Amino acid sequence: MNASLARDTILGLLADIAPEADLTRLADDADLRDAVDLDSLDFLNLIERLAEKTGVDVPENDYPDVRTLAGLSTYVERHT
Amino acid sequence: MGEFRMPTLGADMTEGTLLEWLVKPGDAVHHGQVVAVIDTVKTAIDVEVFEDGEVERLLVEPGTTVQVGTPLALLRGAEAPAETTPDLSAGAAPRPLRKEGTGISSRNEGPPPPVGSPAQPLAAAPAPPASPIVRHLAHERGVDLAAVVGHGPDGAVTRADVEAAASPAPPPETRAPERARRPAAAPRTSGGRIAASPLARTRAAELGVDLATVAGTGPHGAVTVADVEAATPIARVTPERAEAAVPSAPPDATAAEDRRAAMQAATGALMARSKREIPHYYLETTIDLAAAMAWLARHNEGRPSAERVLPSALLLLATARSVREAPELNGFYTEAGFEPREHVDLGIAVSMRRGGLVVASVRDADSMSVDEFMTALKGVAERVRAGRLRGSELSVPTITVTNLGDQGADLVHGVIYPPQVALVGFGRVVPRPWAVDGMLTVRPVVVATLAADHRVSDGHRGSRFLAALDAALQRPEEL
Repeated sequence: MNASLARDTILGLLADIAPEADLTRLADDADLRDAVDLDSLDFLNLIERLAEKTGVDVPENDYPDVRTLAGLSTYVERHT
Repeated sequence: MGEFRMPTLGADMTEGTLLEWLVKPGDAVHHGQVVAVIDTVKTAIDVEVFEDGEVERLLVEPGTTVQVGTPLALLRGAEAPAETTPDLSAGAAPRPLRKEGTGISSRNEGPPPPVGSPAQPLAAAPAPPASPIVRHLAHERGVDLAAVVGHGPDGAVTRADVEAAASPAPPPETRAPERARRPAAAPRTSGGRIAASPLARTRAAELGVDLATVAGTGPHGAVTVADVEAATPIARVTPERAEAAVPSAPPDATAAEDRRAAMQAATGALMARSKREIPHYYLETTIDLAAAMAWLARHNEGRPSAERVLPSALLLLATARSVREAPELNGFYTEAGFEPREHVDLGIAVSMRRGGLVVASVRDADSMSVDEFMTALKGVAERVRAGRLRGSELSVPTITVTNLGDQGADLVHGVIYPPQVALVGFGRVVPRPWAVDGMLTVRPVVVATLAADHRVSDGHRGSRFLAALDAALQRPEEL
């Protein structure tokens, strides 16, 4: 899965988790948790759903690499 | 013969509106099974029954508002001899085997006056729960719910489980849904109205479908949601659309806004009452979480995300365990004075995305393992956000915790929810300078606070609780 498709997939999942968030204004390098107001449960939920959708299950050690939309998309691309 | 009564679904609730029956006379029911959808001013709730038996008669029609404690249905008890338990005696009743992974139990020791659900014990293992949305999906896909293994919280059957169990869904025109074993919403007729479930009516209104033109495949030819959807050009209901069709929440934004406003008003009134009536005192302590975070990292390593445990789960569970050592913080204060409780039903303050706070109760939290509690926590958060809490989760907790989480401030001095007598708070976990053996280092720490009722406890007792909490978090492997 390339980064662009990964990005769209992630945005779709974010829309489910944070339906009221304006994702069109989400910058690629913005901290996801801050920008979309995700608490730890929400973020874990995102990781779980992403694993279901793409088969990429981000381990806790790699969380620092996936703080942003760009980071997470690239991570998915590299691991699929 | 037992009675299923309008339960108390919150300390400030005096009445509720029955929205939908999910069983009908003649249906067998099991402990923990969701049997009705009840609307309070705040939200629609899936309400469970806490005994095994058979529905004898439904006493209240959907759409009726009744006082808490009003009998809603008559239940014929199970044939097998059940252990008898004295009603609502604090701590004396033998507690039946807890269903794996959940806090659902048969006793209903809310604060006096007695809460609605009968406190009769049961022995049988409950059928896997499934929300009305999942049931409708199962009906639509021709999936027999009783044959589906549930992978959701408490072994609940999730959408994904149903979709996995369904063979490739037939195209809408040829679809002939088998009746799922669990009954679809019971039909209601009044006067000359078409027999259709409230959910089907709402969906029909949403989709602009005239009920009179729809062939009903529900019990007694009633029109079900699946029938309505099959009748429209939008033949396939996506999970997102299904989730939107909640009987209590009309699809327009104003109704949702009204609910939020009503909810905030209710919470506000409760908080005002708390400050008027409860002489609060406040304590705080900073807890070194290095051991806890290290243990968590080891626990989660190699685990798929679905099985990982979050720090907040550890903090909350440690609270539930530690409260056992501080009985003056766990129970209810009424005109009769303070009534402690042996078990710990942990209230968890969950913030809603659009604002507002809902406290969901996790029963017997102190007896759960870390993994069980994490599952319960996830389930509760998901149901709060979806606006579909279960009745058991809205019963009054014996103590509440508010956890600000990693986006929150350093600490929180909360307001106790009457009739409880304490509120535990956690700020965010942050790295801070810390002294260890006379040397300066950096540790992840969290500030834990206690707000407590001075009529029942004092600074000394409160401090001992916080010390126990600290100690519990230094030995996370024992949690």
